[in-house]
Amino acid sequence: MIALENVSKTYGKQLALARTSLTFATGGITALIGPSGCGKSTLLRLMLGLIQPDEGRVIFNGEHMTASNVESARHAIGYVIQDAGLFPHLTARGNVVLLAIFLKRNASWINERVNNLAELVRLPREALARFPRELSGGQRQRVGLMRALMLDPDVLLLDEPLGALDPVVRSALQAELKSIFSQLGKTVILVTHDINEAAYLASDIVLLREGRVVQRGALGELLRHPAEPYVKQFIQVQRPMVAELR
Amino acid sequence: MKNGVLWICLPLLAPAVSADATLNIGSKRFTESYILGEILDQTARSAHETTVDYHQGLGNTGILFAALRSGDIDLYPEYSGTIWFELLKKNTAGDLAALNRELAPLGLTAGLPLGFNNTYALAMLDARAMQLGISSISDLAHEPELKLGLSQEFLNRKDGWPLVKSVYTLAFEPMGIDHGLAYEALAEGKIDVMDIYSTDAKIAKYGLRVLRDDKHAFPAYHALILYRSDVPRRFPETWAALHKLEGRISEKQMARMNAEAELEGRSFAAIAADFLASGTAQKRSASSGRNLLDLTFGSDFWRLTVQHLLLVFVSLGGAIVVGLPLGVCAAYLPAFRQPILSLVGVIQTLPSLALLAFLISMLGTIGVIPALIALFLYALLPIVRNTFAGISDIQPSLKEAAQSLGLPFFARLRLIELPLASRAILGGIKTSAVINVGTATIAAFVGAGGYGERIVQGLALNDAATMLAGAIPAAVLALVLQGGFELLDRWLIPAGLRQGTLD
Repeated sequence: MIALENVSKTYGKQLALARTSLTFATGGITALIGPSGCGKSTLLRLMLGLIQPDEGRVIFNGEHMTASNVESARHAIGYVIQDAGLFPHLTARGNVVLLAIFLKRNASWINERVNNLAELVRLPREALARFPRELSGGQRQRVGLMRALMLDPDVLLLDEPLGALDPVVRSALQAELKSIFSQLGKTVILVTHDINEAAYLASDIVLLREGRVVQRGALGELLRHPAEPYVKQFIQVQRPMVAELR
Repeated sequence: MKNGVLWICLPLLAPAVSADATLNIGSKRFTESYILGEILDQTARSAHETTVDYHQGLGNTGILFAALRSGDIDLYPEYSGTIWFELLKKNTAGDLAALNRELAPLGLTAGLPLGFNNTYALAMLDARAMQLGISSISDLAHEPELKLGLSQEFLNRKDGWPLVKSVYTLAFEPMGIDHGLAYEALAEGKIDVMDIYSTDAKIAKYGLRVLRDDKHAFPAYHALILYRSDVPRRFPETWAALHKLEGRISEKQMARMNAEAELEGRSFAAIAADFLASGTAQKRSASSGRNLLDLTFGSDFWRLTVQHLLLVFVSLGGAIVVGLPLGVCAAYLPAFRQPILSLVGVIQTLPSLALLAFLISMLGTIGVIPALIALFLYALLPIVRNTFAGISDIQPSLKEAAQSLGLPFFARLRLIELPLASRAILGGIKTSAVINVGTATIAAFVGAGGYGERIVQGLALNDAATMLAGAIPAAVLALVLQGGFELLDRWLIPAGLRQGTLD
């Protein structure tokens, strides 16, 4: 379980996140959605301890996240960033096993884990020996997902994981991601700006605007009982048909 | 005074530090001193008593004197007048006994007058002097129409023209003329009298008559040996051999040997060897002039190459060890960024000779150590700046990816950030190495050796071939290093970062 308690963050005078409390239950799949600058990436980075909240605290597996335990917390949180964020000087395999080797995990365990993960994300075995620049965009994203899952984390954070891909690859990968999520059964928190993607992958949607949580719930609930007119407006722009029908 | 860099360098310096059992001979950086140094060196070696190290062209008077007092060298050829006026800072000179009374408290002795006096003198064309019946400076007073062309230095020195004018009560209005041009002016009859040194190489070439200083106006600059007083006791047989040189060299002989070096391009060693073989400076045998190839690959080629490489790589090694962490600090600690970058930038702007002079006075020693420190300081900027730039230029998303994996700082640095910055860092190291090859030639000015020794010698001799014999190997070395680093790039830069066309 990961939770934010009365957390807020400003950059200078710019409000990134107003005081917010959110709890993400174990095994749940949540999408953080909203226009750019709404604070959804700030939320993810707060949960990883990459930035410190001005007030409030982040609770991970029952513990207050501090400078002293943030590194071990990160080992239990898999993070997939847009365009994968693979290290260009390491092969795909080198990227995936980097942390496990640093933590001196057993070599045969590492091999078995890599094989299983490659199967899970459907990455061809020969691609593991390639450098990131030799991989397609979709393959890079699969390797990024393998890297995030390597240590079998409790929580998986994904920041626009499909944002850099073309629409065809994107829709294929959405289906794959959905199946991977269901096989893993992990807590998944996903940032996206696409309401279709959010609704397809997640049962729980958190809509943000200007650093504030506007509404949280399933897509149907957001449509039927919008907390404010903006909710309907945001969904309607991307899903006019659905909005009309409901 | 010892800092971290010195400790790194010390093991490599060991061969350069004089052992007690070695006789260290020095010479100054002009033709006559080079020749006398060779004569002393060859004579000392002929005694077969001890190891002799000859530091040719170690520096100017001040540097030689400092080296002698600190024990870096044991003896070198000097002039009595120079000791009185420049080293002891006296206004008048006395005899040798008086000189040694002054030197005794310093543990030094002046002795073994070699036989000639290299002082200021006035000269005329021999034919013109004969025609006018002039043989001494006093005779000039009878010919008030003569035109005097004197160097600015001679005109302005207290022991130059002002002294001559008052001692001989001369009424001439001399004109100032560049010393190098005065010989031609004299030959063409534009001037009648010029100032020279009494062992001037061009006396014979231009057929000059040196006017006798019949009233002894000029102070004596007798050539002699200035040595540490314990030398005769430490090396008795060598000293006995050196003693045989006393009174052996006349002004004419010295002038001829200077001419052989400056006008005929013979090597100092050959001139000295001929002198010692015959007891007199001989006209050169059939041996031809030196060509550039022979000069370049002369017997000292490997010694100079090793010295040059040591200077470059020891200083470069120190600069990597210090510069890399400084660059990392500049990248991660914003408070230190500006101070670090400004400091290494300022160091780079210091003129090399000024920096060397500063280091010599601060360290109280000449030679390899100040040279290494200067080169080390110059090598810092490219390494620090490129390390800083290489790390700063890493995409923020990659830095964040490394951080979000849960890698601690030093692991991120070692596994991710330094490899990603490796191209820039290696570029900085390459730049430093190539710059150092060039700058190391300056090290010869403080007696640190390397190819610069030939450039310095060539400058003293006004001999382009000798200069090129130092400059060309230095340039080639820079190119070789550049090429070597290109190869190193392939090996050290991770394969995934190289330019590729696979995508």
